Amino acid sequence: MSKRWTSILIPVLAVILGLLVGAVIIAISGYNPIVGYTQLWEGIFGDSYVIGESIRQITPYVLAGLAVAFAFKTGLFNIGVEGQLIVGWFAAVYVGISFDLPAYIHLPLAILAAGLAGAFWAFIPGILKAKLGVNEVVVTIMLNYTALHVTNALIRSIAKGDTTEQIAQTASLRIPFFEEITQYSRLHGGIFIAILTVIIIWFILEKTTLGYELKAAGFSQDASKYAGMNVPRNIVISMVISGFIAGLAGAMEGLGTFEYVSTKTAMTGIGFDGIAVAVLGGNNPIGVVFGAILFGALKYGSLNMPNPPAQIPEEMISVIIAVIIFFVASGYLFQWLYEKFSKKKGVK
Amino acid sequence: MDYVIEMLNITKVFGNFVANDNITLQLKKGEIHALLGENGAGKSTLMNVLFGLYQPDGGEIRVKGKSVKITDPNVANDLGIGMVHQHFMLVDTFTVTENIILGKEPKHGAGTIDIKSAAEEITRLSELYGLEVDPYAVVADISVGMQQRVEILKTLYRGADILIFDEPTASLTPQEIMELIDIMKKLISEGKSIILITHKLKEIMEVADRVTVIRRGKAIKTLNVAETNPTELASLMVGRDVVFKTEKKPANPKEEVLKVENLVVKDYRGVDKVKNLNLSVRRGEILGIAGVDGNGQTELIEAITGLRRVESGNITLVGKDITNLKPRKITETGLGHIPQDRHRHGLVLNFSVGENFVLQSYYHEPFSKIGVLQNREIYNYANKLIEEYDVRTQSAYEPARALSGGNQQKVIIGREIDRDPDLLIAAQPTRGLDVGAIEFIHKRLIEQRDNGKAVLLVSFELDEVMNVSDRIAVIFDGQILDIVNPKETNEQELGLLMAGHKVDKDNHQQMLDQAVKKEGEE
Repeated sequence: MSKRWTSILIPVLAVILGLLVGAVIIAISGYNPIVGYTQLWEGIFGDSYVIGESIRQITPYVLAGLAVAFAFKTGLFNIGVEGQLIVGWFAAVYVGISFDLPAYIHLPLAILAAGLAGAFWAFIPGILKAKLGVNEVVVTIMLNYTALHVTNALIRSIAKGDTTEQIAQTASLRIPFFEEITQYSRLHGGIFIAILTVIIIWFILEKTTLGYELKAAGFSQDASKYAGMNVPRNIVISMVISGFIAGLAGAMEGLGTFEYVSTKTAMTGIGFDGIAVAVLGGNNPIGVVFGAILFGALKYGSLNMPNPPAQIPEEMISVIIAVIIFFVASGYLFQWLYEKFSKKKGVK
Repeated sequence: MDYVIEMLNITKVFGNFVANDNITLQLKKGEIHALLGENGAGKSTLMNVLFGLYQPDGGEIRVKGKSVKITDPNVANDLGIGMVHQHFMLVDTFTVTENIILGKEPKHGAGTIDIKSAAEEITRLSELYGLEVDPYAVVADISVGMQQRVEILKTLYRGADILIFDEPTASLTPQEIMELIDIMKKLISEGKSIILITHKLKEIMEVADRVTVIRRGKAIKTLNVAETNPTELASLMVGRDVVFKTEKKPANPKEEVLKVENLVVKDYRGVDKVKNLNLSVRRGEILGIAGVDGNGQTELIEAITGLRRVESGNITLVGKDITNLKPRKITETGLGHIPQDRHRHGLVLNFSVGENFVLQSYYHEPFSKIGVLQNREIYNYANKLIEEYDVRTQSAYEPARALSGGNQQKVIIGREIDRDPDLLIAAQPTRGLDVGAIEFIHKRLIEQRDNGKAVLLVSFELDEVMNVSDRIAVIFDGQILDIVNPKETNEQELGLLMAGHKVDKDNHQQMLDQAVKKEGEE
């Protein structure tokens, strides 16, 4: 019981401490933290438009964080979520503009294409690790750049420019009702897909023999082999599932937020932020949702902080987010303090 | 001032589990006081209380007559208490000297470490106590015995005069054990006092002055070693009479279950470790494989279980060719395997006890249906086995990591035997376990035999092989050198065979060849 409590208590304490330390930094920099935080709050919850936009921002974070967390649970460090997301985004838009189909086929097909593209991109490091023992961290990092430049080249060749046309409305995730109730924000139906994916992944990890095998391989490859499990196959499956989720995150951007894809000069950052989201969520599928809510809301709400009267530079919020992650990641400190405290009271 | 340490009425509770219940332990100056108990009896908890790693929930600790509060290991160090851990706490890439001074480095004026004077001090200490070490050797390169001497020097360097030895002989060779016993006697003669945590009765009889027996968290009795005997100690420890010699009916072997023909297996470096080995195990018998570690036992087992590739030769299990099949196929053909290294192979330590019980069977009914785990079935089954195999755990949901070694082994044995395999391979099944657990495991192996199954027992302990086996195959240099009847052999003959000397009346030439061959290798 106490374990469950600490796993909730630690992130909450970390967030509070992060905000406090952030307030100190804001004050030292000559701004008013109370006004700043008020504007941050309004930037997230102020009206239906910002609420809609916050949820839109949270959606891809849920999936990116989930992709990292899933791989991590099975003993793999997938740094390539970023690249898998980029190819997923492209694949979704490609299907979205290339076909003329009824929505009930077109949309699922575009989403599936995004997932499969991400899965393929993750299959490469998976098979290299399984067959040759190549470290997946190195391969996934390099494949991020490959993804960026390959998709840029493909976009130029099919769009004859830097931006593709808009996807057909039959492939869009937009829901008119959502737009109406949020003063025409870009909120789209992807949040349902994200939540559904979280539930499916939680089920796979906790309730299926596949999850049992993947976790066993994550904890002890020797014991997995002893028990007759096919460890190389499990490594590939794990990477492919993680890549599929990352590809879905790309679909959120391609079929929901933007409805097109354009060439990029740099990474989107969502995939890398996914690592932080996974850490915030304790690599637990349900925890990832809360990590993504925190991360996405802060990211979007911070856009309101430079406005008068607070006029706090947008960069400040990056500092505060970094401080919060720092405190969560150094959760051992809190664990230690907690145990010290509870020891004195004589409970354990 | 008779006692250097008095632990009076110590109680330590974890949740609703009483690890130490009102235990009193008094250490006289200049004595070796043994702390005897089964795995999980509470010995380590008690010593962790003394060393400041746990705070007691009740009771008093007195050091040299003064009541003290030991809040962390540094306080224990300052009071002159040093602990020699079972699992050495050494930095492998550091030298002996660097390891010993770690955290208490002598410095030059400029703040740099004065390795030279440290090494001199270590040399002085090692000569004084007969602890032979090379101060400049890197820890990764030295023997386990020397690593232990480094651990002892670490405590002496910090000025300890009360030493706690936690299961010190667990990882030592017989030769190193003899050396350690000499060291302990030397330490006493130089005025130190020692608490020796162990479950090995032989060592207590040899070296200790007094012994305190702990059972299930309670101190049962403190005795003078001179006035007791191993049988009394064993029954005090376990709480009932213990039979050292396992009782068994004569074997009734039937048809062949395992047949190994001309087997060749390479080790990880690509060197032949099993060389044309032939072996046969029948239903209703226990075949023991005796041999010195490293003569191909590990590779033989890994080849039979499918964990290592067979270069040439054939393995047949219940009439089916299983050579180079996948481990799961072999398991399903009728094999149970108690692996040599329970932490590396036998368990997923972060999984719960329940999850570990189904490690070999999670994928079929009733534990899963169409790929979905049936947790209710799994934990019902786990609770059944916990009871049947007397696994001491708080619950089936506890991670396997939290169990003591003996209880971890019971989980593995329960899992493997309950699948009722035609052939059970038990590799070092009792390594590091106490007499109660050993007796239990031996009984289970014999039961398996009496139920008409075959058992292949691999052990480095002669006692175990002679006690449990119906036939003993001696392995030497990757081959079965001879098969002997345990009733007609003795330790001397087995020892000779294990060293590669075949005592063969008919073929004297062969024996000479073996001897020559062995000399050639040395």
